[in-house]
Amino acid sequence: MKALVAVKRVVDYNVKVRVKADGSDVDIGNVKMSMNPFDEIAVEEAVRLKEAGKVSEVVAVSIGGKKAEDTLRTALAMGADRAVHIETESSVEPLAVAKLLKKIAEREEAQLLLLGKQAIDDDANQTAQMLAALMNAPQATFAGKIEVNGGEVLVTREIDGGEETLAFRLPVVVSADLRLNEPRFVKLPSLMQAKKKPLEKHTVEELGVDISPRLAVAKYAEPKPRQAGIKVADVDELLAKLKEAKAI
Amino acid sequence: MTVLVLAEHNGKTLNPSVLHAVTAAKQLGEVHVLLAGSDIGALAAQAAQIEGVAKVLAADAAHYAENLAEEIAPLLASLAGAYRHLLAAANVYGKNIMPRVAALLDSQQVSDVVEIINENTFVRPIYAGNVFITVSSQDPHLVLTVRSSSFDKASASGGNAQIDSVTATAPQNLSRFVSRKLTESDRPDLTQARVVVSGGRGLGSAEQFDALLTPLADALGAAIGASRAAVDAEYAPNDYQVGQTGKIVAPELYVAVGISGAIQHIAGMQDSKVVVAINKDPDAPIFNVADFGLVGDLFDVVPKLTAALQVNA
Repeated sequence: MKALVAVKRVVDYNVKVRVKADGSDVDIGNVKMSMNPFDEIAVEEAVRLKEAGKVSEVVAVSIGGKKAEDTLRTALAMGADRAVHIETESSVEPLAVAKLLKKIAEREEAQLLLLGKQAIDDDANQTAQMLAALMNAPQATFAGKIEVNGGEVLVTREIDGGEETLAFRLPVVVSADLRLNEPRFVKLPSLMQAKKKPLEKHTVEELGVDISPRLAVAKYAEPKPRQAGIKVADVDELLAKLKEAKAI
Repeated sequence: MTVLVLAEHNGKTLNPSVLHAVTAAKQLGEVHVLLAGSDIGALAAQAAQIEGVAKVLAADAAHYAENLAEEIAPLLASLAGAYRHLLAAANVYGKNIMPRVAALLDSQQVSDVVEIINENTFVRPIYAGNVFITVSSQDPHLVLTVRSSSFDKASASGGNAQIDSVTATAPQNLSRFVSRKLTESDRPDLTQARVVVSGGRGLGSAEQFDALLTPLADALGAAIGASRAAVDAEYAPNDYQVGQTGKIVAPELYVAVGISGAIQHIAGMQDSKVVVAINKDPDAPIFNVADFGLVGDLFDVVPKLTAALQVNA
């Protein structure tokens, strides 16, 4: 079975993002960008399933500007076989991303669709669920463990209060949680090899999907900073301060 | 206008997040609550008692019993005609089901709403809570998940809602329940607790995590949380994780023990009323958000703190 993995280029997780002074946008002009950490986990899982003989081919997809190609090359270096880049300079909301991914999933006849559980920029946590809905496919969200078992996929999901295991029919959309695996480190020779792997490009127009935004952004703002606190010398002082603040 | 709130439950009791979601929904209009499950008569009665709920819709069918998104999302979509807003708490249950509903209704969901400005306009955090974005939507149906810690609980009693049963949607049979393993705990729920004691990598081992934090949490009547580092090192189970990708908490008192304070962790606790940090590194970023910081060896400080609290109790 073929696996499709969706990857997103986002501001690196170590960067503390700032809002532009006029509140019109976030200032990400010169910051480091990387593959969304949850997508790395999704790619890793697809590659491991291929290595285990459960998956025949891994296709990585990304939607975004020219530089999304860097993210796809990273996925190829991790072990994806081919890449598909849907090029657009517009920002694309999860519903539109799900519609675009559905087009590619149908073309590729992929049976296993792997995504990260959320992107660390918009923190939406929607795309996998929306893709599953549009495909009328089951959704295995917050996956901590995946087992391919014939015509079914067994997924252990991380839920509030513990975990649950569900069985899903194919094709299935899976969203990766942190504990699914530890993504491999990309070495230089694999990066060189990745440059030779096929990368095809599509436009939004050609796929016939309306990506006009549904949400209008009124403003961006930074949270009110917490008031600077104080350092206490010892446990006694801490307790006194907590009592004063009526916290205990 | 009326608002439909999807209520999470475990078959026996309503999840407390429903009470927070009802408060958010009240800001948008008349509140109806949807309960989907198997044998839910008693639960519907509980929901009818919530103050501010006008109507409870009860969908009783065997295929709703295990909270499968594939079964519950079509039900919600089938009822959407009468509602502009469909809303659920932004916990694992709501995050799983609501985007599926939104896509079925061709609506762009607004996730993790922390403030409702008006019926079209909402505030939500992005970039791990470092930025708050105000968005508005003209979609015919608005699907929202709301952050529990940003809306007070509605009273669980005092209401007297009418209970209507609604027609179940056909089973989808796309997924099937196999098993569930819940972490056993008689502590308060992490997201609802008045006090949270959280441990990080500084605790060094699962044994020390338990040995130091359990008595401290007992002395404070607190829930126990953990940083991602502590969870990854298997000092604590996954569902203890507080942060951008774990649980968002806003207790009266948050005690961070041996946690450095990465932005992803801060995202999960920065709305706590009083934050205490205990860390041996005076430059740890956690001290930037702590009201009271104590620089010291946690293996020395925590037992002293616990003993002092026990004496006072």
